[in-house]
Amino acid sequence: MTVRDALNSALDEEMSADPKVFLMGEEVGEYQGAYKISKGLLDKYGPERVLDTPITEAGFTGIGVGAAYYGLRPVVEFMTFNFSMQAIDHIINSAAKSNYMSAGQISVPIVFRGPNGAAAGVGAQHSQCYAAWFAACPGLKVLAPYSSEDARGLLKAAIRDPDPVVFLENELLYGESFPVSAEVLDSSFCLPIGKAKIEKAGKDVTITAFSKMVGYALKAAEILTKEGISAEVINLRSIRPLDRPTINDSVRKTNRLVTVEEGFPQHGVGAEICTSIVEESFGYLDAPVERIAGADVPMPYAANLERLAVPQVEDIVRAAKRACYRSMPLAAAA
Amino acid sequence: MAVCLRTSRAIINSLQSKVGLLSMISQSSCWSSLTHHREPPFSSLKAQNVRDPDANFCDKATLYSSRRFESVKTEKQFNSPDDVDHYQQILDFPGGKVAFTSEMRFISESPVERAHCYRVLDNDGQLILCSKFKKVSEEMAIKMYSDMVTLQTMDAFFYEAQRQGRISFYATTIGEEAINIASAAALTIDDLVFPQYREPGVLLWRGFTLKEFANQCFGNKADNGKGRQMPIHYGSNKHNYFTVAATIATQLPHAVGAAYSLKMDRRNACVITYFGDGGTSEGDFHAALNLAAVREVPVIFFCRNNGWAISTPTTDQFRSDGVVVKGRGYGIRSIRVDGNDALAIYSSVHAAREMAISEQRPILIEALTYRVGHHSTSDDSTKYRPVDEIEWWRSARDPVARFRKWIESNGWWCSEAESELRNSVKTQLLQAIQEAEKIEKSPLAELFTDVYDVPPSNLSEQEKLLRETIRRHPQDYPQDVPI
Repeated sequence: MTVRDALNSALDEEMSADPKVFLMGEEVGEYQGAYKISKGLLDKYGPERVLDTPITEAGFTGIGVGAAYYGLRPVVEFMTFNFSMQAIDHIINSAAKSNYMSAGQISVPIVFRGPNGAAAGVGAQHSQCYAAWFAACPGLKVLAPYSSEDARGLLKAAIRDPDPVVFLENELLYGESFPVSAEVLDSSFCLPIGKAKIEKAGKDVTITAFSKMVGYALKAAEILTKEGISAEVINLRSIRPLDRPTINDSVRKTNRLVTVEEGFPQHGVGAEICTSIVEESFGYLDAPVERIAGADVPMPYAANLERLAVPQVEDIVRAAKRACYRSMPLAAAA
Repeated sequence: MAVCLRTSRAIINSLQSKVGLLSMISQSSCWSSLTHHREPPFSSLKAQNVRDPDANFCDKATLYSSRRFESVKTEKQFNSPDDVDHYQQILDFPGGKVAFTSEMRFISESPVERAHCYRVLDNDGQLILCSKFKKVSEEMAIKMYSDMVTLQTMDAFFYEAQRQGRISFYATTIGEEAINIASAAALTIDDLVFPQYREPGVLLWRGFTLKEFANQCFGNKADNGKGRQMPIHYGSNKHNYFTVAATIATQLPHAVGAAYSLKMDRRNACVITYFGDGGTSEGDFHAALNLAAVREVPVIFFCRNNGWAISTPTTDQFRSDGVVVKGRGYGIRSIRVDGNDALAIYSSVHAAREMAISEQRPILIEALTYRVGHHSTSDDSTKYRPVDEIEWWRSARDPVARFRKWIESNGWWCSEAESELRNSVKTQLLQAIQEAEKIEKSPLAELFTDVYDVPPSNLSEQEKLLRETIRRHPQDYPQDVPI
């Protein structure tokens, strides 16, 4: 099943199960979704539950939050999360903080979803990863699916969750197909929020990743196996809450950590994971934590430059090797 | 018909060389015929259409129409091929028919006359002859007046309390008592209220007690807001009054979303949302009004145009004729009312509610008024406006006194009732403030609750850690904070 079909079926099933769930965003209805994620939903559920909005992210996000304030369960689609910056006041100040500010009187069961991070050749204003920004905010839950199973299970969990959830998809993963079990295809299937998945067990080095980078990490692990390094790949699935127990347990087993993300390095997800390890498992580390992230530049367009600005499988392999073999910090060695 | 053709042909000729008749875009064969020869294309166009009307028109619906709601009438007129005969209808644009003119006339930036302002009572609280308004019973009028007095007194006391350092912050509603109380009186408890922050009177009308106001201002543990927010950020889901947030105009799209929810549930209720003249500059104002009109939701947009956004006067806020004219820009029915006239407000909100619910449409009300008080206790408005201007509005145009004159002239009120009311309110307020001051603050556990529906493990850990630290180092923590 492709990730696209996984998301579509999850939306379909949740809308069918609960009449309060509705979808809104630009091009989600007539156009079947900018990336065809909402294909067929308008025909099936009608214009009251699949709303094509005018071009105003701030506006329709605010409206979604208002609808959530009064009992509906909106799924707000951003054409890409880059456009969510227009609406970030409503996401943070209206959605994330309302339950707290109102002392539990106003709950906001809303889901914000859409593609996040780099696609291919879309340039600076369409390529940023927002995982770290949203995950910094108390009151939000932030999810990042990788496979079709993740997409189905996590989106269903997000829609059913009473708190506001930011659901970060990836455009390049939409077309990828993953095997799914019968359990995953069942309409009651749901994944727990806050639990990471160990995609591949290993004993020499832990590699954490989310979204598209999970695929890269798995490829890197294959290469590492051939070179005699057994890597454990953790698919974070949930950026907030972060599954610190799973990550720490893994590092206590392998004693080495490589964090991988596509986004900007400063104040990123890897930085938070590294701190978690330092706080709880410092004594278990046999090497400094390696952080692989995107280049600290706005995403360039030219294909060669873009390739250099985003982590590649080779970067992950080299980092894992550094974590496994080196006895001195990289700078001192040079 | 022939006459019509000739003049239309003349227009086509003069326009063709310049504009190119962009309306023909959807019909590619017609477009090429236009660009290729100077002969009026109309006859060939018409012939083509008659021969095969469907080719040109049947796709219009899929291209342009938003076919979901009945109100898009201009679009609908064009869908039938029978309209092919008349020249005008062929020159159509997305959005509907439009009459052409050969006069190049710019619509003026300001009207000849400003939009008229609806009022019922004159400045002396007497009914203006022939004024049309929704009648108010004696019981209702007295409750309205009492609540206006209570609001006015509450403001004076809490403002004083802030000046004495007993609460950290306050913002008064002086001058806008009629807006607060009369608009609330025209609604039912099922109507949802999305306030800005200068509408505590609406909550007062609905039954929020003086003690509850005081508890919120003191942020004590009896506050139903658990001391989470600054003073005046009231909220009560029991009273369908959504918690005040300081962000300007964010409540407008929220109101539209909630109204959409009411619409889907087919409830006999509407939403009202309040905002000031300053709030209309926010992007959220534009998006909310636009979407409310497009989605046809039952919401009343109530603008308190009190002339000032902190120190920014309306001349620096917008250059339109106030806010009422912006309604038409979104296709929203609007009215301008005298914001210091309780009866005018009552009537207009009552009517707006009827229209919003029965016709499922948004309504915009602009209430002209004056912000007599400072923006808040952090402001000294004498620094940017003349003191005598403030004083004139405070006394000569006081909405409370004006309404009092009306109820007195009806024989429903007298000076004994007045002093009895004011004394009673004063006593209750003093007591409420004294009690609220003594009640202890929320316990430590409330620091961590309500972030999420269920506290996550990391917050539970943090709470444990905090308690442990306080237990070990009590000298570093205040003694009076309940654990």
